Amino acid sequence: MASDGQQPLPGTGPERRRQAMGVLAKATRLELEQVWNALPQRPEAVPVRGPETGLVMVRGRIGGGGAPFNLGEVTATRASVRLEGGTVGHGQSLGTDGEKARLAAIFDALLQLPEHAPAVERLLSQVSARIEAEDAQRIRETAATRVDFFTMVRGDD
Amino acid sequence: MYVAVKGGEAAIANAHRLLADRRRGDRSLPSITIEQIVAQLGLAVDRVMAEASLYDRAIAALAIRQSCGDLIEAIFILRAYRTTLPRFGYSVPLETADMQVERRVSATYKDLPGGQLLGPTFDYTHRLLDPSLLHDAPVDEALQREGGQEPIMRVTDILADEDLMEDDGTLPEGHVPGDLTREPLEFPMARDLRLQALARGDEGFLLSLGYSTQRGYARSHPFVGEIRIGEVDVELDLPELGFAVSLGRIRITECQMINQFKGSAKSPPQFTRGYGLVFGQSERKAMAMSLVDRALRASEFDEDVVAPAQDEEFVISHSDNVQATGFVEHLKLPHYVDFQAELDLVRRMRREYEAGRGDKTDSDIPEAAE
Amino acid sequence: MPDAQIFSGAFAEPVFAAQSVFRTVMDCMARPGTIGTIAAAARPPQPLGAAAGAIALTLCDHDTPVWLTPQLSKSKLPGWLAFHAGAAVTVEKQDARFAFVEKGAVVPGFGLFAQGTQEYPDRSATLVVEIESFEGGRPLVLTGPGIRDEAVVAPQGLPETFVALAGANRAMFPRGVDLILVAGDRILCLPRTTVINNREA
Repeated sequence: MASDGQQPLPGTGPERRRQAMGVLAKATRLELEQVWNALPQRPEAVPVRGPETGLVMVRGRIGGGGAPFNLGEVTATRASVRLEGGTVGHGQSLGTDGEKARLAAIFDALLQLPEHAPAVERLLSQVSARIEAEDAQRIRETAATRVDFFTMVRGDD
Repeated sequence: MYVAVKGGEAAIANAHRLLADRRRGDRSLPSITIEQIVAQLGLAVDRVMAEASLYDRAIAALAIRQSCGDLIEAIFILRAYRTTLPRFGYSVPLETADMQVERRVSATYKDLPGGQLLGPTFDYTHRLLDPSLLHDAPVDEALQREGGQEPIMRVTDILADEDLMEDDGTLPEGHVPGDLTREPLEFPMARDLRLQALARGDEGFLLSLGYSTQRGYARSHPFVGEIRIGEVDVELDLPELGFAVSLGRIRITECQMINQFKGSAKSPPQFTRGYGLVFGQSERKAMAMSLVDRALRASEFDEDVVAPAQDEEFVISHSDNVQATGFVEHLKLPHYVDFQAELDLVRRMRREYEAGRGDKTDSDIPEAAE
Repeated sequence: MPDAQIFSGAFAEPVFAAQSVFRTVMDCMARPGTIGTIAAAARPPQPLGAAAGAIALTLCDHDTPVWLTPQLSKSKLPGWLAFHAGAAVTVEKQDARFAFVEKGAVVPGFGLFAQGTQEYPDRSATLVVEIESFEGGRPLVLTGPGIRDEAVVAPQGLPETFVALAGANRAMFPRGVDLILVAGDRILCLPRTTVINNREA
């Protein structure tokens, strides 16, 4: 992921799209709305599926790395849209926010269009940078609770 | 004879209205918000999510508010809610090794890669009431320290080189993970299905069972190899695109409990493991789960099944608090007709008993005409 | 767009449409021999018809593997089902909870599909078979639960051996498969409980 908030995401084709969808899923609805509302021209997007909320059964692995087992479910919301030109986009994210999923689907579609891709890349960089900053802070907060062991000398010999 | 009794509609409606009134309580106080419950009663939210087997903080908080803080009632509400939603699919198995760790402790190694990270813990507090929380006193920001970037290796990988630690649990090739929300339970069951049941099991029930194994009701010499709490990515395969995408992150607690094992005809002496994995920050539950998981593996290791915690059917059939509360609490519903029948029976038995003790010449008293 | 067929043609109002179709299927299952009309419109990829497509959207989901005839498997239908219903296609008839057979295709032997078990007879397949018409075929007499006295239907386009197939299926009770016949936008259900005989001349 872009660390300086400027570079496009690594990879091309499906891998680039996969990464982008992951970032869009972690974006807040507000982040998506602000960029969407600021677009100079907002293409028409018709719903293909959803937005609909459902469940994903989360799997873990026995012992952390063994055979999969079903841990429990998580709410997820997904949407698919078609732009005027026929480009289809998919958005999906944890939680129950249909509008966020719809906007994510629109941005997924826009990323596939050369004229819109740069604006989406900027959004992705901004969201990635925000997440990285939050993660870094949490790592530093956790690091402050790391135990520094020291040995006390007891007795003379 | 069956007699239908009607009535109670108005009483029920009024009772629900009274409940809503009591839930709101003193109107001069501000109403508690969902955001406040999520942010300030987060461990209650975590417990509801874990035992409802449904991860959604906002909805769990709503259920807690709706249930006036009765967590089993909140769990029940969430279980009901989940039945209204379609299943999109199964996630790619979580990679707990890649966790964004917020707490990680090991009781087996002092110095280990990644270190002992206490995180936000109640451990080492004095459990003294804190009067400052009576008021909205300002709270210091968390301290920060650089240097937390080294990878946090799994403790169970440390002994793996020496072949003294059993592998992560495997199941036969082609085994499809069981799902107790889809298929009725059948005993005996595979370990994957047991773990699913334990992950949603009642914390108190599992805690007591885990405790019983330590007190001698099942041979167990456990050490906490590692507890880690933090966020992991949930990825879902999208068939329409042909790849898996991240949907976001959830917070989970993982416990690797290590148990000494003397060996059997099938296996050499080594360390065996119990595994706990729970939604949210639920360390006690994850530890209890890992103790019970290990105890339930008794037959796998040719151990005698002598204690409740080792009895799969007993543990798994009674660990779900929604099922348990449903069956226990149904006893308060009208049983008027059942009881009337019992009453008649006991009266008759009493008459026969007294007749048998008294006038022995006439022990066979005919039923009195009604 | 190569995927246009996959991403279109689902219910416009998924909840109401699915409820309406479910109601029709349920009523027809409860009253074997009754002809119901599928009111909700779906546009599945060819060659599957609209009514069978609507039934697929209503009944199939992530937990119901679907078996398709070779012709349907080659069409865009697998992608359409996966996207709109979440259902995966299986080539193993034994694994399928639903099977779809388009008009004119060979109907596989019922016994090849999952029959359920004595303990769980519901773990069996439901076959959705498109036929030519509900009129003009050889008259069949239906008796059994949900039918007062008897019902007579004359579906056109069933296999020659249909009565024998249905008889063998009935003999397995409580195991067996259930059938939904589709002609145009109309359906007729033949659950495993229904006894099917040729009408005596």
